Amino acid sequence: MSRPARSIMALTALALAAGVHGQQPPAAKDRVTADFEKFRAVLEEDNPAELFEAKGEELWKAKRGPKKASLAETCDLGMGVGVVKGAYVRTPRYYPDVDRVMDIERRIVHCMVTYQGFSEKELAKKPFSSLDRTPDPVSLVTYVAGGSRGMKIAVPQKHPKEREAYAIGAEIFAVRAGPWDFSCTTCHGEDGKRIRTQNLPNLATHDGSLKAYQGWPGYRMTGGVMHTLQWRMNDCFRQQRFPEPGYVSDSITALLAYLGATANGHVYKGPGIKR
Amino acid sequence: MADPMKIRARLKGDTADIRVLMSHPMETGQRKDAAGKLVPAHYIQNISITLAGKTVVEGQLNTAVSRNPVFGFKVKGAKAGDKVVIHWVDTNGDQRTDETTVTAG
Amino acid sequence: MDHLRRMLLKGAGASGALAVALAAGLLRPSRVLAAEWNKAAFGAASVPDALKAVGASGPADSKDVAIKAPDIAENGAVVPVEVDSRIPGTTEIAVLVDKNPLPLAASFTFSNGALPSVALRLKMGKTSNVRVIAKAGGKSYATAKEVKVTIGGCGG
Repeated sequence: MSRPARSIMALTALALAAGVHGQQPPAAKDRVTADFEKFRAVLEEDNPAELFEAKGEELWKAKRGPKKASLAETCDLGMGVGVVKGAYVRTPRYYPDVDRVMDIERRIVHCMVTYQGFSEKELAKKPFSSLDRTPDPVSLVTYVAGGSRGMKIAVPQKHPKEREAYAIGAEIFAVRAGPWDFSCTTCHGEDGKRIRTQNLPNLATHDGSLKAYQGWPGYRMTGGVMHTLQWRMNDCFRQQRFPEPGYVSDSITALLAYLGATANGHVYKGPGIKR
Repeated sequence: MADPMKIRARLKGDTADIRVLMSHPMETGQRKDAAGKLVPAHYIQNISITLAGKTVVEGQLNTAVSRNPVFGFKVKGAKAGDKVVIHWVDTNGDQRTDETTVTAG
Repeated sequence: MDHLRRMLLKGAGASGALAVALAAGLLRPSRVLAAEWNKAAFGAASVPDALKAVGASGPADSKDVAIKAPDIAENGAVVPVEVDSRIPGTTEIAVLVDKNPLPLAASFTFSNGALPSVALRLKMGKTSNVRVIAKAGGKSYATAKEVKVTIGGCGG
């Protein structure tokens, strides 16, 4: 990570430590928010995330890894081998072949390891995007997410393990811990909170959770890099000064099951663009 | 080699609305890497667009154009099926050419 | 110059035939205006110097050059800007960010039916005017709009 990026994060942390701002006077907030939303729409129209989608599609179809296999011919994201359409909005979900719940990035990594012969340890070494490098799973997740554009979010809650993941996610979302006695809910459990100019969605609500589900995978204007929900969750842990969760770990899958199921029924617009 | 561009060209009346996304770091030469070393400037300097074989736009860019550049242009007198070719060259002499055809609105 | 030569050798901007003509010494590079990157203009550290280098010193203010840009940029790294000139015969548009270290951000020439219009995204280091120059019939016209930047886009 670059030093400026680190210092920005430190600032963000300070802002957090100083307490998240409460509601602003409505008029001032509305004008800035409206202006941001207007130009956010302009940015969404031509989202550089599409470049990563294209890269991901190439990776999905190519024979790669020590086993020279393509994910398109081997990987079942839950809709049948090679089927991308609609898979993203139905994850996290229970996969019988591994008898566990996986979020989309975890499933893709599972396929890369199982069918293409990549090393999970290697993939976990530098799993997040930097200015110099976009890890393959990030592009793949972006491609798969694009395959659910315009579809309703329908994270399944039928299997007992899917319900268990949701319950664990809800619990992690609320637990207060770390040196600052923080929880996800400190920032994301009430309406009308913000850090500086950024509105913070209440992720415990049906509409609020869509903001996160819709935002990632997203093209982040800061640095101009593509990030997935895996990164977003990891970074929330870091911002709360929690121990860093493992890459594609149970706790992240659980949080994403909670987040996704809370947003169920909303239409997913495709990969996002974020500040 | 540089990654492909994404080009869209849609007809609105007789005007083609051309949008292009380019994959490029657009390094300013001011940024320091993790080790504190300046990352050399590396950016697209020239772009050109042809529609049905005729040059319609030529552009020159500086480092102030955002990373992964996005442009929109409008060209009158276009027809569905016209070929759009976009080309860029950067400070390293790397270049990329991609094309699409104009689709009816 | 090295860069220009590389560009020309690769046939960038110039047609293959033109590159051959250049290589054969039939044309001097200075004649190939379309392919040449305006080093003086893009290297200029002030707005007047940049305007001079693009041949647009002392442009007249005009309401017929329109800028669409946010009042407050959410992120200075990606400021969406849309520019239109309604001045008949506009052949060229230049976009500047007054307070960037190198103010001239981009310039475009339009021909064969292209409307004098461009949408692009800019890096802005701090709050500044975005300035647009349109050239038509040998004259220059200008307009500017302030964009407030709370998070700069040139470092982090």
